[in-house]
Amino acid sequence: MTFEFTPENQEQFLEILNRYPRKRAAMLPTLHLAHQQQGFITPEVEQYVGRILEVPLVDVREILTFYTLFFRRPMGRHHIRLCMSISCWIRGASQIKDHLDRTMGVPSGEITPDGSFSWEAVPDCLGACELAPMMQLDKDYHGNLTPDKVEHILAEAPGNHSKADQETLRETKKQKNKKTN
Amino acid sequence: MSVQKLVSEYFSNPEAKELAWYRRHGGYEGALKALDEMKPQEIIDEVISANLRGLGGAGFPTGRKWSFVPRDTGKPIYLAVNADESEPGTFKDRYILEWDPHRLLEGIIICAYAVGIHTAYIYIRGEYVRPAETLQGAIEEAYQEGVLGKQVLGKDFSLDVHIHRGAGAYICGEETGLLESLEGKKGWPRLKPPFPAVVGLFGSPTVINNVETLSHLPRIMVNGSQWFAEIGCERSGGTRLFALSGSVKKPGVYELPMGTSLHELIYQHGGGIWNDKALKAVIPGGASAAVLTHQESDVQLDFDSCIKAGSMLGSGAVIVMDEDVCMVKAAHNIMRFFAHESCGQCTPCREGTAWVYRILTRILEGQGTPDDINSLLEIGGNMSGTSICALSDGAAMSFRSYVNKFTSEFEYHIRHGKCEFDER
Repeated sequence: MTFEFTPENQEQFLEILNRYPRKRAAMLPTLHLAHQQQGFITPEVEQYVGRILEVPLVDVREILTFYTLFFRRPMGRHHIRLCMSISCWIRGASQIKDHLDRTMGVPSGEITPDGSFSWEAVPDCLGACELAPMMQLDKDYHGNLTPDKVEHILAEAPGNHSKADQETLRETKKQKNKKTN
Repeated sequence: MSVQKLVSEYFSNPEAKELAWYRRHGGYEGALKALDEMKPQEIIDEVISANLRGLGGAGFPTGRKWSFVPRDTGKPIYLAVNADESEPGTFKDRYILEWDPHRLLEGIIICAYAVGIHTAYIYIRGEYVRPAETLQGAIEEAYQEGVLGKQVLGKDFSLDVHIHRGAGAYICGEETGLLESLEGKKGWPRLKPPFPAVVGLFGSPTVINNVETLSHLPRIMVNGSQWFAEIGCERSGGTRLFALSGSVKKPGVYELPMGTSLHELIYQHGGGIWNDKALKAVIPGGASAAVLTHQESDVQLDFDSCIKAGSMLGSGAVIVMDEDVCMVKAAHNIMRFFAHESCGQCTPCREGTAWVYRILTRILEGQGTPDDINSLLEIGGNMSGTSICALSDGAAMSFRSYVNKFTSEFEYHIRHGKCEFDER
């Protein structure tokens, strides 16, 4: 499957190029743009980015894998990053992680079977320790988490999150609870 | 006298991010004064005598950093604004970006004019999507209103400001890692010298300043260096944003004069230890700083006092731990972070952080051996002063302090194969 920017993104790409004296400096913004367009970076995207920025493919791969925010496979419609860093840990992030483990029914780094969520417990601090324990759902930060609050946030997740998803979520949770009991 | 809020005055005021509101309340007057009435060298001298220190963590005098930039190379000079706030426990710059973006832009204008810069990049961590959106809105408004662009504030001075989003790498908060990342590479720190002031971004002279540092400039221009210097203590002027978190009743950002006592921050502003527990330990400056025991914790919050206490003020992230926090687990948590974030360039750091993390994991799993404590300290010794950047030194300073100051907790874990504290 070939990749190219949509006309709007192509326009934005040209605007990005204008910000820098060297093409290569546009690497991260270009990858962000492609990531935003497709949700993840495939080898085809790597080739495309290498070509338009005149950077060797091996360098694109190196950069892509150095940074942690670029997905290289499709993730859930909503992605959760749970902060496990020191201040969140002190205030109970481990309990939230246990809760997500049960609720999601899949381990950290994986996607729920219905594709509605993916989640990961991250070791890096997300920079919102006053909200500890906290997580990022897509673009937004949510803090002072309790298991109940997490449930509420997931149920309210904006956009393409159908009632069916919520039922699947509850179902997975029930089954998981049965197993653990 | 109430505490003066120099950069946090507008936190929680949703109107302040609008240009018109900011200007109605005295915004951009510092930049106008600089552009209208001052020569670039006068601004640099003013910032030097204000004792403004780099508030990202290193505490280097800001004006002196600017004075190292050569003006006669024929190359453009760049400003890289460090908004890659990633040191565990640190969340102060996010408040400026979210609530008061024009104060940052005004600071950028002042710095740019003083150093002869016409292009600035704000490197903001990738996770800060919303803060980047707010900042982008402020930049666009500033261009529309002629605050940025070809004629800054209507004067004969041009300045372009661009946001550059990171993508999840702690090391890109290190000055030269940041520059590499800006150039479209992985964020491997550079050997110094040459220092970025001389050879920085795209091979050109470059100033790298933290968000909070730059945000102090507007008021320094308006009120003068003496006013600023007098607010702080001997060698650190002004106030600082302290990010207070962990086992306190009221975590949050508190702006206090440099040199304020750590106990005042924790007990007076932070409401004391949560659940009315006792204070066990506190990290005064982010996860890289050595932990202070309860007995050592009565220190002044300024760069020099914290060094004297055997730690560092770093990013101003104060992380409080109550009596129930297991220090072996705390060290394990912190070393998981460093092992994950070591960029892999220098062997002592890449291997050292990973070994320490594995040894601490083994101890927590009940498989520790009596030799482990010595091994940890020995690895820590080999990680200090042996790598290109300070990540390794920070990691070593951090975990050695836990092992040295709370040895009995490590011994308990090794001897009994379990934890003597609450499960977390």
